[in-house]
Amino acid sequence: MKYIDEFRDPALAKNLFRRIESLVGPAGGTKEKPLQIMEICGGHTHAIFRYGLDKLVPAELEFVHGPGCPVCVLPMSRVDDCIEIAARDNVIFCTFGDAMRVPGTRKSLMQAKAEGCDIRMVYSPLDALELARRNPDRDVVFFGLGFETTMPATAVTIRKAAADGQTNFSVFCNHILVPPPLRALLSDPQMRLDGFVGPGHVSMIIGTEPYRFIAEEFGKPLVVAGFEPLDLLQAIVMVLQQLAEGRAEIENQYARVVPANGNPHAMAAIEAVYEPRSSFDWRGLGEIDRSGVKIRGEYAAYDAEVKFGVGYGAGKAAGREPEGCRCGDVVKGLIKPPACPKFGGECVPERPLGALMVSSEGACAAYYQYGGTRREEAA
Amino acid sequence: MCLGIPGRIAAIRDAERRIASVDFSGVRRDVDLTCVAEGALDDLVGTWVLVHVGFAMSVIDEAEAQRTLEALAELGEAEEEYAAMRESAAMLEERP
Repeated sequence: MKYIDEFRDPALAKNLFRRIESLVGPAGGTKEKPLQIMEICGGHTHAIFRYGLDKLVPAELEFVHGPGCPVCVLPMSRVDDCIEIAARDNVIFCTFGDAMRVPGTRKSLMQAKAEGCDIRMVYSPLDALELARRNPDRDVVFFGLGFETTMPATAVTIRKAAADGQTNFSVFCNHILVPPPLRALLSDPQMRLDGFVGPGHVSMIIGTEPYRFIAEEFGKPLVVAGFEPLDLLQAIVMVLQQLAEGRAEIENQYARVVPANGNPHAMAAIEAVYEPRSSFDWRGLGEIDRSGVKIRGEYAAYDAEVKFGVGYGAGKAAGREPEGCRCGDVVKGLIKPPACPKFGGECVPERPLGALMVSSEGACAAYYQYGGTRREEAA
Repeated sequence: MCLGIPGRIAAIRDAERRIASVDFSGVRRDVDLTCVAEGALDDLVGTWVLVHVGFAMSVIDEAEAQRTLEALAELGEAEEEYAAMRESAAMLEERP
């Protein structure tokens, strides 16, 4: 954690903390029943821990760390499918580095690579397409992963492959959407969230309109924020102001980057290439309606599910979570990471057992790195 | 992967394929401009863009770019992105 003096503008930071302190009471927060504000994006979770914002805000306010880390919510059965595809003759399987250590039911992509599968880490789907061009006798598969921030990238790459007739290239699509799990969380009777900090870069693509149901149907405020600590503090002030005034609106703290209507070119590419699945499985949260997308039939030649016969759900049992793992309760904000019996013992960033320990954007890994171990936590 | 990283467009490399060469604090790589421009691309040379996995998603001003770079550096994400770019380029050059 950092001291306020180390913030980019310490005077502004102090002022924002003072405003949070004065607003938290009128907004309805008490020490016994703190206000719960969910930051959706894993980048925000990382920034909150890096700067210790969770410890610097008053006790009447607590952060709940949302489901916005795509590798953290990837179902184990899909990792198994990746390994199955990667093990086929002639396949080069390409993935973002973040996904290498995600545990499947038996092993991770990292372990599969060590056992001889041709698995390559790429920075961009463009590099996977280039690899296909350079290896015309191999089948190159790109692991399409991420929220609306990476969806346009794989969509445009698929369209380029189609334009080129690059038929030795396909995408194993596991893209997921930000708004549907928020609806699922808000519909869960165990939840008692008071407001949201919305993701910055996802909103740069989709705009602010897709969040409207949060205010209109569930009566909760959401403020889209940048991921600098001052942006986050400003957004919290805006959420608290809404609560104190009894308003529930979608506001945009990050208007310097996020246009209200998002990026129309990116949305057009997403719309052209993908269609919603009827439901998709989220680790820790279960099946959520229309929360994932698949590649449209028009681009079936570039769809690894079709090419390799690895359909979603294809009669497989959903991967069971490791015994005692409480990732789901952490994602819902019901418990803090140290309350999980596996945290810091059997489950650490070097050997993640649960999904939230995998990426630095996962709540457990962030808690482990910056929040102290369980023993310190208990002390 | 989830956070975009700012880079400055150094040159248009292939107008037809909408590809520019972008400078990321000294690391150069190809970036697709499909999502930030229609028509001619030459006017974009010298501007800053926020890039997600090799695709420009927003044109930003220099002050915003610097502010974002500082925030990413603090989170350790900037170095991770540059390393991923370098490793990906090296992987492509490997003989199969």
